[in-house]
Amino acid sequence: MKYAYYPGCSLEKNAAAYGESFTAVADVLAQELVEIPDWNCCGATEYFSLDPLPAYALLARNLALVPKGLTDLVAPCSACYLNLYKTEHHMAERPQLNRDVNTALAEANLSYKPGTVHVRHALDILVKDVGCEAIAAHVKQPLRGLRLVPYYGCLVVRPGGLGSYDPEYPDALDRLLEALGATVVDFPLKAACCGGHMPQINPETAYGLIYELIASAASREADAIVTLCPMCQLNLDVYQAQANDHFGTHHSMPVLYFTQMMGLAFGLSPQAMGFGQEFVSAQPLLDKLASPPPPPEEEPKKKPQRSKKALPMPSLR
Amino acid sequence: MKTGVYICHCGSNIAGTVDVAEVARWAGELENVAVARDYKFMCSSTGQELIEKDIRELGVDRVVVASCSPHMHEPTFRGACERAGVNPYMFEMANIREHCSWVHTDKAEATKKAKALVAAAVGRVTRHQPLMEKRAPVNKNTLIVGGGVAGIQAALEIANAGYHVYLVEREPSLGGHMAQLDKTFPTLDCSACILTPRMFDAGNHPNITLLSYSEVEKVSGYIGNFKATIRKKARYVNEELCTGCGVCTEKCPKQIVDEVFEAGLGYRKAVYRPFPQAVPKYPVIDRENCTFFQKGTCKACQKFCPTGAIDFNQQDTLLEVEIGNIILATGYDLFDARRIPQYGYGHFPNVFTSLEFERMTNAAGPTEGKVVLRDGATTPKTVGIVHCVGSRDQNYNEYCSKVCCMYSLKFAHMVHEKAHAEVYNFYIDMRTPGKGYEEFYHRLMDEGNHFVRGRVAAIAEATRYGEPEGKLIVQVEDTLIGEQRRIPVDMVILSAGLEPRHDAQGVARKFGISCSHEGWFIEKHPKLDPIATMTDGVFIAGCAQGPRDIPETVAQGAAAAARVLSIIDKGEVLVEAATALVNEMSCTGCQQCIPTCPYTAIEYLADKQKAHVVEALCKGCGTCTAACPSKSISLRHFNDGQLLAEMFGAMEAMFELEVA
Repeated sequence: MKYAYYPGCSLEKNAAAYGESFTAVADVLAQELVEIPDWNCCGATEYFSLDPLPAYALLARNLALVPKGLTDLVAPCSACYLNLYKTEHHMAERPQLNRDVNTALAEANLSYKPGTVHVRHALDILVKDVGCEAIAAHVKQPLRGLRLVPYYGCLVVRPGGLGSYDPEYPDALDRLLEALGATVVDFPLKAACCGGHMPQINPETAYGLIYELIASAASREADAIVTLCPMCQLNLDVYQAQANDHFGTHHSMPVLYFTQMMGLAFGLSPQAMGFGQEFVSAQPLLDKLASPPPPPEEEPKKKPQRSKKALPMPSLR
Repeated sequence: MKTGVYICHCGSNIAGTVDVAEVARWAGELENVAVARDYKFMCSSTGQELIEKDIRELGVDRVVVASCSPHMHEPTFRGACERAGVNPYMFEMANIREHCSWVHTDKAEATKKAKALVAAAVGRVTRHQPLMEKRAPVNKNTLIVGGGVAGIQAALEIANAGYHVYLVEREPSLGGHMAQLDKTFPTLDCSACILTPRMFDAGNHPNITLLSYSEVEKVSGYIGNFKATIRKKARYVNEELCTGCGVCTEKCPKQIVDEVFEAGLGYRKAVYRPFPQAVPKYPVIDRENCTFFQKGTCKACQKFCPTGAIDFNQQDTLLEVEIGNIILATGYDLFDARRIPQYGYGHFPNVFTSLEFERMTNAAGPTEGKVVLRDGATTPKTVGIVHCVGSRDQNYNEYCSKVCCMYSLKFAHMVHEKAHAEVYNFYIDMRTPGKGYEEFYHRLMDEGNHFVRGRVAAIAEATRYGEPEGKLIVQVEDTLIGEQRRIPVDMVILSAGLEPRHDAQGVARKFGISCSHEGWFIEKHPKLDPIATMTDGVFIAGCAQGPRDIPETVAQGAAAAARVLSIIDKGEVLVEAATALVNEMSCTGCQQCIPTCPYTAIEYLADKQKAHVVEALCKGCGTCTAACPSKSISLRHFNDGQLLAEMFGAMEAMFELEVA
């Protein structure tokens, strides 16, 4: 499929690994990405709280610049995705907003009719349009033995129409990582908050939230936390050292983008996938992957003795 | 022809909006109307006497009453006619309340409309013909579906009165959910101790035919005359030879998790009896998990059975029964706590549902009554009990499940008694309305429980810095102090709500009754008739109708039985007189009417090559009447002449009154 591609500011800078790996992976899967010409910043989380109308107009400009004929726009950054999605929907639901925004756009000889473009997240197009089976078919180097924690963050799972993920316990990323051959860790905090902008506003709160996620992943013996949002990746990766200092702990949990893992599984070079750009080094993970596969587990001669007393767990169906 | 017209004021319900005196005056001038009166309350005895007096003294032979809905008082006025010697079908009602005064505010327009409605009724009644209601005998047998405490109670009441009952239960044993419970609130009697004597009585009563491990496949007929087909599923155990010794279960090598009776907390074998006190005592082979049925090997049960009672060749059998009445007492299903992932059920080992915990505290359960964590060995030091899981929640079920506050308090008591642990109850309100319930709550408060008023947001692991390792954290807003709390506990019990059986819609359709959108069976009247349904002869009792505790369930079972006994005692039922009739002269035998009948009341007479309506089954719906291409079917009391007269009556009046 062909998509209008909106990288957003972070994919060009702090989330360069996400941008590089996403475009590479899309190429392998034969998905065409047409970058929106002259796209502008989405305004992140700040602009809406300053002045809504210019914020919407700023976002609608991107929608207006989508080349004719392209109906789907893909934004890998969760915040860009949410902003563009909100703009699209609010213009459709609020005629006055629609009129005002189009008046603003007219100044640049642009216009946008709500309903023209469907705004999608990168995970969404890969899981829904391409499908886990097709992705599995491209896997050359299964991520055998890697214990990965799928971390969605709070933005993609907001209820009320943003994607069709279960807002409390989504599983799209889990399925995708399984298709790559990894061992997916059942992670109850998968949609918990990473702290957002708290590192700047109230660092102590942020460290608490960051610590909770890192410690929870560590207690499950995870090899990495796999995320799909540049903000989450930044908080958990860049501020991990400070969180460690704050609490006197020594966790070292790599935080990577899911597209980087896809690239690895597709046999693309780690460097091309942006490995090495992270603060908490992912080298141990790469080493584990590169090490020779463990001998195939022998069928145990006797069934492992279930503790006679233990009560059965309910199945998750 | 002398028609009497009576306009009711209904207090101010009608008279407040419609000028009733004027309507009566106007009606008096209509063709064929001998007398027209208005009166405050036509349904009162004085009101009815007005009608009867005019029939006797003025020779009135057709009656129109303009008042409320026929649903309310058609039988009342038909009764008045009958007492005075006029056939009850020579009566017509005009609804000038629900259809007029209650839905309009403009007096002038409402009065005109009432006049038109009266004119329609007057026109129609001139075409009425006397009809006779037929009487059908009532079969004295009763079918009770569901062998829980409601079904057992109803069965015993009817059987003790001397009448025969078929008691159908789809599990291998009687008992239902009550058999799974440990102690029952507020008296804390042992559930099995009070239930098993009843189960035994029901299983051995000379007047009760117990059909366990059976399900009703098909039902047809009408009150007093139902036919049902019951499938007795193959137990693969010959009941004539089985002594209930249990050797088969001992020797069976296949052990699986018991999802039904042990609520997933314990195990059973492939050949099993659900619990030791099961009635009947015969075990059952679970085909899907039996090594012989799946792989063709084993047969250990057969080898060791001392009486040779195992029969792998046994087949399901179908039993056809004739009954007069049916009681549905099919019970409830527990809310599936996996639907709320925030509570961690299925993710964290030490989160249990209420039914799992019942089995745990039960002395005959998988832990012999010990309160322990999922490892089966560790005693918890703190326990959190979460109320309203899946209830009082717009995301899942809006209703309150009624019993959970009480059973949560019961659990708190059991935890104190057995584990001496610290207990927290997280509640929204404490609902303790029954006899001895509030006192039970006070007892629990005295025992030193912590009560935190707040809905639990999430059960989390202790991963915030400084939180104790290995505990579960209950994240809750304590609304009485206005603060968030993270309370570490060892074990969480989710007080899951009651839901309708997940196949309730299918069951309702099978028996011809209605379900609410959630799946609870719908009663005839929520206040005045909670155990009957809109289908005559089919009654409901217990949790199948809505969440309730054991005392109410038993009362309902007995009430349904009493209603059935009164019908059996009367011995006959009146069959609808407004039935369809085939004109055999013009019927061509095309048979197009037969598949249209929702009550399968039309048969084809092959020798005559004509359709024939079985009047006993016909409900007078009119579908066949409309379907017949040669207009050979007429519907008594709703024939073309009557319907056209009604329409013309209204239209002429509207034209005359210049109704917009």
